[in-house]
Amino acid sequence: MSNVFIAFQVNEESRPVVDAILADNPNATAVYSPGLVKIDAPNSLVIKRESIEEQLGQRYDLQQMQVNLVTLSGHIDEDDDQFTLSWNH
Amino acid sequence: MTVDLQAREIQPLRNTFSHVARYVGDDKPATRYQEATFGAQATSNFHYRPTWDPEYELFDASRSKVVLADWYVLKDPRQFYYGTWTMARARQQDAMESSYQFVESRDLINKMPDDLRDKVCQVIIPLRHVAWGGNMNNCMIAAYGYGTAFTAPASLHAMDELGVAQYITRLGLALDEPSGLDAGKEAWLKAPQWQALRHLVEDSFVVRDPFEIFVAQNLAIDGLLYPLIFGHFIDDHVALNGGTAVSMLSAFMVEWHEESNRWVDAVVKTAAAESEANKTLINEWTHAWSKRMHDALVPIAQMALGDKGASTLEDVFTQFQARCKKLGLSA
Repeated sequence: MSNVFIAFQVNEESRPVVDAILADNPNATAVYSPGLVKIDAPNSLVIKRESIEEQLGQRYDLQQMQVNLVTLSGHIDEDDDQFTLSWNH
Repeated sequence: MTVDLQAREIQPLRNTFSHVARYVGDDKPATRYQEATFGAQATSNFHYRPTWDPEYELFDASRSKVVLADWYVLKDPRQFYYGTWTMARARQQDAMESSYQFVESRDLINKMPDDLRDKVCQVIIPLRHVAWGGNMNNCMIAAYGYGTAFTAPASLHAMDELGVAQYITRLGLALDEPSGLDAGKEAWLKAPQWQALRHLVEDSFVVRDPFEIFVAQNLAIDGLLYPLIFGHFIDDHVALNGGTAVSMLSAFMVEWHEESNRWVDAVVKTAAAESEANKTLINEWTHAWSKRMHDALVPIAQMALGDKGASTLEDVFTQFQARCKKLGLSA
């Protein structure tokens, strides 16, 4: 079992994304370091548009997340509604 | 000489202001919406009562008959404060500008049949006075209501209503000569079809209870007007008969109505759920204002949609009642 991770800049825009990820992925852990939040999760991690919209109270385009995205690891499976990181091997 | 640079992490001692933390706790940073909203209402040390209304304090929850233990329960699901609201509206304004450019560069207005264009002018242009009424009424809520969670979105909503009035004016200028606006005002003041609605809008200006005016304006008046005019008339009737341009130029109204309904619904639902007394009051207001609005719309539905007007209005009213039921009202 190996981890996937995704890291964002810590700011108002990324906060609902981080909150949504932590709500949707019970195994994920967020580590805050100055200016950066890195979220680790075993095997896979999913980001759902709907959950972000719930946190935000407004419509959200998953592409908006790229603005604050710092780095990630894992294979990406992405469409309009979700963004999944996992290892396909 | 060597300089040793080290990164050091400094943990903030507190995550937010204590007046915000009282509502949301201090275990994690509060959102901008929470910091702009919670605990912002002035509550004490009003040394003098207003000379113009000495029965009440400057900010006084008892101006409304609706009683809430804590007015901050009326949260806005859109989480609008000045920043998020201006950004959202700026995006919509950009979209509207490009729609105007599209319509103007292709001369789509002149490709509409003349009688359809006249019909749209006849129905739409006087509505800018209704939107202006919405602006007045929401300003009243912002001024005399209680609790920032309730009054701040109302002041944003007031500006939105003014924006709608301006979009209607601009649409009028795109469809017709500037004199069309005068004709619209003349119709609003004199034409028999508009008098019931004008009477209703003007009556709403003298309501003194901020929550009643919220129910009257944002739930009943707009809740019936927008689906009928911008839904059934513009998007169904006009668009199908060669007026897609008008549909494009009123896209904001449809989008805005759908979005702000989430706020209106949340406020009404929360206030009605707090006590039986609130529910009865809100029910009465909803009944009275929506009934009056329905009656005022009869001649306008007839003017806009002809024979189908009456049945369309009934559909709109049935959907409105279903919406009220979902909010815990029995309307």
